[in-house]
Amino acid sequence: MNVVIVGYGMAGSRLAAELHARDGDLKVVVLGAEPHRAYNRIMLSTLLAGKVAEPDVELAEVAGQGVDVRTGVQVTTIDRDARVVHTDDGDRIPYDHLVLATGSRAIVPPLPGLDPADLPERVVPFRTLDDCRRILAAAEGARSALVLGGGLLGLEAARGLAARGLDVGVVHPVPYLMERQLDPTGAAVLAGTLAGLGVTTHLAVAATRVAADADGVRLDLADGRSLSADLLVISCGVRPDTALAAAAGLAVERGVVVDDQLRTGDPRISAIGDCAQHDGTLTGLVAPAWAQARVLAQALTGEDPAARYRPRPVVTRLKAAGIDLAAMGDPADGPGEELTFADPARGTYARLRIHEERLTAAILLGDNPSVGQVVQLFDRGAPVPADRRALLLGRALGGTAAAPAESPALMPDAATVCQCNDVRKGALVACWRAGARTVDEVVATTRAATGCGGCREAVAGIVDWLSEADSVGATR
Amino acid sequence: MTDRARSATRSGGDPRQAETHCPYCALQCGMVLRETGDRVEVLPRQFPTNRGGLCQKGWTAAELLDHPDRLTTPLVRDPATGELRPATWAAALDRIAAGIRAVQTGYGRDAVAVFGGGGLTNEKAYALGKFARVALRTRHIDYNGRWCMSSAAAAGIRAFGVDRGLPFPLADLGRAETLLLVGANPAETMPPLMRHLADQRERGGRLIVVDPRVTATARQADLHLQPLPGTDLAVANALLHVALTEGLIDRDYVAARTTGFDEVRRTVAGYWPAEVERLSGVPVADLEATARALGTAGSAIILTARGAEQHAKGVDTVSAFVNLALALGLPGRPGSGYGCLTGQGNGQGGREHGQKADQLPGYRKIDDPAAREHVAGVWGVDPDDLPGPGVPAYQLLESLGTPGGPRAMLVFGSNPVVSAPRAARIESRLRGLDLLVVADFLLSETAALADVVLPVAQWAEEDGTMTNLEGRVLRRRALREPPPGVRSDLAVLAELADRLDAPASFPTDPAEVFTELRRASAGGVADYAGVSWERIEADEGVFWPCPDPAGPDTPRLFADSFATPDGRARFQPVTHRPAAEPVCTDYPLHFTTGRVLAQYQSGTQTRRVAALRRAAPGGFVELHPDLAARLGVAEGDQVRVASRRGELRAPARLTPTIRPDTVFAPFHWGGAARANSVTSDATDPVSGMPEFKICAVRVEKA
Repeated sequence: MNVVIVGYGMAGSRLAAELHARDGDLKVVVLGAEPHRAYNRIMLSTLLAGKVAEPDVELAEVAGQGVDVRTGVQVTTIDRDARVVHTDDGDRIPYDHLVLATGSRAIVPPLPGLDPADLPERVVPFRTLDDCRRILAAAEGARSALVLGGGLLGLEAARGLAARGLDVGVVHPVPYLMERQLDPTGAAVLAGTLAGLGVTTHLAVAATRVAADADGVRLDLADGRSLSADLLVISCGVRPDTALAAAAGLAVERGVVVDDQLRTGDPRISAIGDCAQHDGTLTGLVAPAWAQARVLAQALTGEDPAARYRPRPVVTRLKAAGIDLAAMGDPADGPGEELTFADPARGTYARLRIHEERLTAAILLGDNPSVGQVVQLFDRGAPVPADRRALLLGRALGGTAAAPAESPALMPDAATVCQCNDVRKGALVACWRAGARTVDEVVATTRAATGCGGCREAVAGIVDWLSEADSVGATR
Repeated sequence: MTDRARSATRSGGDPRQAETHCPYCALQCGMVLRETGDRVEVLPRQFPTNRGGLCQKGWTAAELLDHPDRLTTPLVRDPATGELRPATWAAALDRIAAGIRAVQTGYGRDAVAVFGGGGLTNEKAYALGKFARVALRTRHIDYNGRWCMSSAAAAGIRAFGVDRGLPFPLADLGRAETLLLVGANPAETMPPLMRHLADQRERGGRLIVVDPRVTATARQADLHLQPLPGTDLAVANALLHVALTEGLIDRDYVAARTTGFDEVRRTVAGYWPAEVERLSGVPVADLEATARALGTAGSAIILTARGAEQHAKGVDTVSAFVNLALALGLPGRPGSGYGCLTGQGNGQGGREHGQKADQLPGYRKIDDPAAREHVAGVWGVDPDDLPGPGVPAYQLLESLGTPGGPRAMLVFGSNPVVSAPRAARIESRLRGLDLLVVADFLLSETAALADVVLPVAQWAEEDGTMTNLEGRVLRRRALREPPPGVRSDLAVLAELADRLDAPASFPTDPAEVFTELRRASAGGVADYAGVSWERIEADEGVFWPCPDPAGPDTPRLFADSFATPDGRARFQPVTHRPAAEPVCTDYPLHFTTGRVLAQYQSGTQTRRVAALRRAAPGGFVELHPDLAARLGVAEGDQVRVASRRGELRAPARLTPTIRPDTVFAPFHWGGAARANSVTSDATDPVSGMPEFKICAVRVEKA
């Protein structure tokens, strides 16, 4: 069977790998419009921050052994009757099954001075590796940057540029940052954290116009202010790339409409990743795209023809030097109990919602040692701890050893002093009473502290205490 | 059957005493045995591994020498009553030989199998492998070390071209600025090792522990990562991902000393920390802190143990940590590296000299014509008469008595009825054999099923060598003669070989066997040719490889090159996959197994020592208090842990040190509390390691 995958981004490359990993009798052709091998979009902000080089963001490639990867090739049309795709280099590639993994494109807002087809050199969306290269080129020698859009990606770009030493301003039309994931209090804490990292936020104000030339960019705002910088990064969301599907007559709403098996209305065509719309929802994230790739691979190879895609709840994570944010569900809304903790001066904020012993939403910002546990509980729908404080403090409440008694006098005789040799306090006392007078004598007789040796100080403390108690007794 | 070398090596005078090593784990603590009157006393001895320390198991080891349960006469099952009855050695050995011949005649040579143990001396392990290949001419030999070391061994060979648990002396741990322990709990499994960790802490080093439980070791860590069981591989890949994004890779080392990094680099690009946090529950900040602590340290060591290795993806999990070590430039750098903490006393030596299904002495591959030629030459047989590779331990046991599977088995130093995964099935397979022979000094659960039980000598009654977790060959020294009626394993093999008309000789003197072993291992990966008992005694042990009696041994491997054809270490791209048995509605909890301080392995020995029984009297099930509350279980209540394969019953022990989605049981007990009644029999495709560390269970109040 010939499988043709249109798109060599994170979804398309993952599907190729999943197909390759299952020994099906498949021939796979992957057609990528971008000229380079598949890369990890998640790492682009790290690339922007200058912490990695371009080769570091490449994804594993499965070329050879039945997988034919062709980059720099644009698919122009799908001929569903002939089951062939046409490419811009004049090729016709037949398929038995076609997978659309065309991804999405950055939205360029309709502002005077912004022509999506001809953006000024110093105005760049933040979406692709090429975008990243252009931003980095523009950032060369730059001292300041503006980011239009205070969503997750916009803030990642802002943080990355700030890490390069640029003064960064974020312009966001909503009164608070990341309004889809955060609440006003949490967003304010985040804005404070960003300020400390060199990122200024301009909230509740729309941009009205862009003026750019070779030297810089000016952004006019609705409140009459004008902001100037050396470059402008646009991060105003993305739109699924559905043109091919629509032209081929497939059902397209916001994305290409697919069912639980990732099939479009044509049983020979599937769609996965950013371009797909499943159950009314666009995902725009990597984890669901990879889950879709797995389900489709199971179906196409016959490994599990009944495989179904079941979306998992979304966890938004922003983690960069100085920022640690996790958001899931909508903590401001819904039934159940609410748990909050705020320490704005230290940039820490937590708000969790619990319903019927399950975590239904959470915002964790700053240093929250429980973040791993919270993310997992939410992801797996597992019951929350009886002591809710554990959700804020992590394992701090759980596994730590009991503090040693301040004084050996307060320690019960049955308390184990030496784990390695199972020696209790009572045995040490008995040994003393039987005549041992030094730590070495007590150790030799009881074998305490002869294993890992970690309790030697505790044994010495008990011997000291016994010797003091005896000398007190003697002077009386 | 007296060991000729023994009187020569024992220090003279009265009381009699012998400088030897502990019979239990791979740390092989140095100890002195002193016999005064009818009492044998254990005294700790300064040795580089234990530095004078001993745990309770070691202190009490001599109690089994004169234990009332000690077997002192062969037992043969009476066909009329089905009971084991005392028999003479001649009758027992005749019965075995006749049984073997009957099975061979009816079903061929591969119908007789041998199952060895990681506690046997090098001499015995070597003789056992030779016995299987030469006297029985069966391809079916494997051993319980398969359940201990095999994943790390396979990953080590894949990356470094050689498998030596620690490629450096243990004392190096004390000098590591950062030490990462993955699925290792030495505070309970080998307490004296902690002296090196105390050393490390005193020098200002950082200890990071990865374990789903807050173990005694994890409590001492500066940072504890507590992942969901079965997600270590993803954690390792995430650590390497962070090392990449933080610029911590040792590019010069990677370029000069390794191959395959690009593929690994691209693979771990898919393991960004937030995704692995969601999978494992380990916070991104902790992943970052760990990667930084390893990547910025002047010296760093990464160690794995059973927690990371006993999985159906155990080899890949170890490879993921080896990749991390290589990317950071650790292996071969002084004071740094990757290592594995071997478990069993002679887990290391036991796998080097022919107990493994696919290996000949010296860590040679049995399907390598040159290796066959060499070993056959030492044995004085035709290389073509040597059998080919057999199958790994679980597959071997699982096939017993089934069509095409072996119908007779000889067990030396192992108790698979308690220690095998999916133990109820293995128990029934053993019961279905035409002939089961067990050589042991106590009536283990497996011996109790045998047709013939042979009473053999204990550690304090035999001479020989052991190879500890550092790859250091040590001397085990006899203190005294075995009791009347008891023979050495070597003598048993010699008697059987004689009855089976074996075409080679089977010496009973361990010194003579060791001399032969040296020749057989010469030129192999684990080359012992230059190791002599005298040299071991003079030098506090000898590190292999040591090819030349006049040349140096090798405390540290990889200083200049790796044991691969091009001398470079090989990166191995590895990806996470779920556990073989995911949790579900019917079996909603993860089950994991492990050890307690006061017991060892299947407990045959340690359960019979009064002090150890007091410290750890029986099996238990560890539950988080939140889980216990939901199940209506209180501390001490009997609970039933059920998987698709079986169940165990034991009292509940409530502790917040375990994840609420996971329950734990130690595996040292048989009977109702047998943890392996529950465990999964999924095995690693490369190593054959069973997935002891994770399966899906349901827990109820019993």
